[in-house]
Amino acid sequence: MPDQDQTPYVSAARPQRFSPDELRARIPGWGADLDPAVRPSVPRELSDGVPAHAHWRLPEQQPELERRERSIEHARLTPVFGTAAPLRGLSGRVRRLAYARYSEARAPHWLLLIAADRIEVVEQRALALAGRGTARPVRAPEPDAPTQRGEAHERQ
Amino acid sequence: MVYRGPYKIAVEEKDRPAVEHPNDAIVRVERAAICGSDLHLYHGMMPDTRVGTTFGHEFIGVVDEVGPSVEHLQPGDRVMVPFNVFCGTCYFCAKGLYSNCHNVNPNATAVGGIYGYSHTAGGYDGGQAEYVRVPFADVGPTLIPEWMSDDDALMCTDALPTGYFGAQLGDIGLGDVVVVFGAGPVGLFAARSAWLMGAGRVIVVDQVEERLAMAEQFAFAETVHFKQVKDVVVHLKKITDHLGADVVIDAVGAEADGNRWQHFTSTKLKLQGGSPIALNWAIDAVRKGGTVSVVGAYGPVFSAVKFGDAVNKGLTLRMNQCPVKRQWPRLFEHIRNGHLTPSDIITHRIPLEHVAEGYHLFSSKLDGCIKPVLVPNA
Ligand SMILES: [Zn+2]
Ligand SMILES: [Zn+2]
Repeated sequence: MPDQDQTPYVSAARPQRFSPDELRARIPGWGADLDPAVRPSVPRELSDGVPAHAHWRLPEQQPELERRERSIEHARLTPVFGTAAPLRGLSGRVRRLAYARYSEARAPHWLLLIAADRIEVVEQRALALAGRGTARPVRAPEPDAPTQRGEAHERQ
Repeated sequence: MVYRGPYKIAVEEKDRPAVEHPNDAIVRVERAAICGSDLHLYHGMMPDTRVGTTFGHEFIGVVDEVGPSVEHLQPGDRVMVPFNVFCGTCYFCAKGLYSNCHNVNPNATAVGGIYGYSHTAGGYDGGQAEYVRVPFADVGPTLIPEWMSDDDALMCTDALPTGYFGAQLGDIGLGDVVVVFGAGPVGLFAARSAWLMGAGRVIVVDQVEERLAMAEQFAFAETVHFKQVKDVVVHLKKITDHLGADVVIDAVGAEADGNRWQHFTSTKLKLQGGSPIALNWAIDAVRKGGTVSVVGAYGPVFSAVKFGDAVNKGLTLRMNQCPVKRQWPRLFEHIRNGHLTPSDIITHRIPLEHVAEGYHLFSSKLDGCIKPVLVPNA
């Protein structure tokens, strides 16, 4: 029995199915990034990774027009934040509680947020039924040919 | 598109986003992709996903308006936008950890900012829309190079760099045996990238026929259909000399399907931040002393991971969200010289008005859907 057939029970190297030349012939670019130094994001942490176009040390503060909830693990409101769907209704109160009282390390933080997600769906459906919803639906056109296949290999 | 609740997507009229910070830009979206990680939101698995928000972190478009401090972009510029929102100068950005920026997400310190990815990722509306607000316009977006196709540019906003990054986190060396779990876009790109780094064998595991076929054609990989083998870990050991793989890449994440108990506790009971089936298979299928790289999306809630096996096997576990902009220069070279052909995996083009159908198609993996692209005003 050749030694390699007994791997890993002996120290022989793993058998190689194909030589580098065979792989290079078959696969575009094989081995082009064999040297870790040419791989992007190597090393993982840079000594100065600040992009050339960043012309601030601390970014200006985005105005807080509505009281913005934040993780209590943050020392301050971040300079920039999303403003989609501000807190509202009962779900909003549950979410505010989750952020104000529990850190990201605590299970109630996440469980309250998940509960609020379910509450909000019911809450918004009830508002819509009562004619007080805020959605402005757009009717989709008739699905005559809604999706097109077979374009995967069409290149520009 | 607007999220209305689990499995409910609607097309609604929303106000055009406005400049809210001096370095914001407003981008008119030309193409946006639906991503496997969007399904996590669509299924209601990501905490603090609010009704009325818009998903979409993979998009390209034309700059429509810029804030007063924007110096390097102007209206009319065609840009590709990394899925990470990042400031460029915080403690973490200065180390090049752009996906871990500390200045863009008040809702969590463990998560950076991501377009259209719930309030847990900062509360930004995403690009599956006609217009989108792009913060830090001077550091994130880049002009689409003249020679690059729009579809290739779109794939560069997440799927391609994340796939390459997954392979890179595996520290692949000459002749290594690499196993990739998941033949979605990220898994396919990870498999293809593993060859660039000198892999000797690449094996892709999935359960969808069309995706496995794509893994063979596009990524030149051997494939394993995990439903067709009795025990996927034993099977992988057998075909890898009973050693296991040198490197395993988890490109599935929390939407994994394959173990009923895990699936039930995560997707039905929402007790886990996602089901770590693929990750546990990865831990068991890699060789002792090997590396497991995780680029699949996981939520912030705990998952039942087989950590003891990882300890006893002396594994290196590496993971992160991809810092997209650091990947670009090298990936652009690979696209230009034909080593990587990212748009080859796009299977569907869907007008934005049909986005609900697109999510259904993609979520249920119908009609061989691998990567759907949304086109506003098609
Ligand atoms: Zn994505
Ligand atoms: Zn930053």
